[in-house]
Amino acid sequence: MTVKFTQEHEWIKIEGDVASFGITAYAAEQLGDVVYVELPEVGKTIKTGDAVAVVESVKAASDVYAPVSGEVVEANEELSASPEKVSEDAEGEGWFAKIKLSDASELDGLMDVDAYKAFLESL
Amino acid sequence: MTENLKATILSNLWAEMGGKMVGFAGYNMPVQFKEGVVKEHLWTRENAGLFDVSHMGPCYIHLKDKGDLNPEESHIKIAKILEQVLPCDIQGLKIGQIRYTTLLNDDGGVIDDLMVARDARGSLYVVVNAGGKEEDFAIFEKVGAGELVVERLDMNGLIALQGPKAKEVIKSVAVEATNLNFMNFAHFKSEFGALIIARSGYTGEDGFEILVLADNGVKLCEFLLANDDVKPIGLGARDSLRLEAGLCLYGHDLDQTISPIEADLKWTIQKCRRERGDFNGSARILDELANKPKRLRVGIEFLDKAPAREGVEIHSKDGRKIGVITSGGFGPSVGTPIAMGYVETEFAAIGTEIDLIVRGTPRPAKIGALPYVPHNYYKPA
Repeated sequence: MTVKFTQEHEWIKIEGDVASFGITAYAAEQLGDVVYVELPEVGKTIKTGDAVAVVESVKAASDVYAPVSGEVVEANEELSASPEKVSEDAEGEGWFAKIKLSDASELDGLMDVDAYKAFLESL
Repeated sequence: MTENLKATILSNLWAEMGGKMVGFAGYNMPVQFKEGVVKEHLWTRENAGLFDVSHMGPCYIHLKDKGDLNPEESHIKIAKILEQVLPCDIQGLKIGQIRYTTLLNDDGGVIDDLMVARDARGSLYVVVNAGGKEEDFAIFEKVGAGELVVERLDMNGLIALQGPKAKEVIKSVAVEATNLNFMNFAHFKSEFGALIIARSGYTGEDGFEILVLADNGVKLCEFLLANDDVKPIGLGARDSLRLEAGLCLYGHDLDQTISPIEADLKWTIQKCRRERGDFNGSARILDELANKPKRLRVGIEFLDKAPAREGVEIHSKDGRKIGVITSGGFGPSVGTPIAMGYVETEFAAIGTEIDLIVRGTPRPAKIGALPYVPHNYYKPA
């Protein structure tokens, strides 16, 4: 199992050819209390960089971008009833969806945890 | 950090306390503290929240030359001048009484919303919004045509202490302040120097707004915050509290094209002013009172959890645009999205089914009642 990160503050956890993703704890902290999440539809084909989900905090609505290309195979429906899970456990129970990867080589362009930490420090 | 921001006398205190500082109306202000908007909001509804509103525009309005007028005569003279642009009954204010009103342009549109109160000396104590204060003060002097002088007080500290425990907390500062009725103010002496304390606020809760001299503001806030029932509250919760309370925010729910009748603020225009009809824009406003305005400010009842923010279009069930959201977010006390906006008057009845167009998708909702939470203002036993 590998975890990677994007410059848009998303994490992606790869298990075989399926990857779950969500927003990082840093992003959740910046957003403040999350009150609503709009999830991608299961079965939808998405491309890296597409706006595939929306996370709304008390303050504002923010797009969440697809970290990799593929097909959405599962969405975390728990977030519809309990969006606060994104604030409480962004990199665990606050996952958004699972994607069946269409091009595993895309993962090479993402940051590992040390690179992401260095990226945060550079902000 | 945004450049060229002015500091209030309290900006440094908030930054030291961990406030997330942002630019608001040209001032460096805390949008939230470490606990975040939801907890700050709920704390205020249950305990007491302390807000910095020093960016706003408190002032006295005096007669330039009182001559040998007594305070009553002086009050009536000032009131008659300002009633040209403020459609509330200023002449009829009792000493210490505050009224909420609007500053009107020639077309009856709202230049600002504000509080106006009668001082014992025959002057008015007025508090306007931060964004338009320079323009407002200029209008007061212009309509005064040389007879009025605005004494600015916005170099001082203005704080709001809001919530059901505010009345217990204020006792430690000025015990007699608990005798104030809602929408009344008075001068007090305290260990923090001279204070103007008003029983008012913008959260829907009981509470006080306190004008404190610049040199004493930090000390007063530190004293209040030492009370376990008091926490500092940022602009984020101030906004969700006022929206749940159904109160307008200038620049969003009110602007120069909107009349107080459209804004459902006709209660701010007392009967004697409607009868006299002697204020800016009165032709439009009296017509709207008699024949209903074209649009009305309404609350939204949400049927799902997706918030509708400012700018979201409101559509009728047959798909026609009938209005727009002017303030929208999430209400921590009600646990649902909350919003207000304007719709064509024929759609303004509570219960009318509408669609909110959120990111291109129609989401069913209804016209709902305001406020979302009952006002909890002080009523004498």
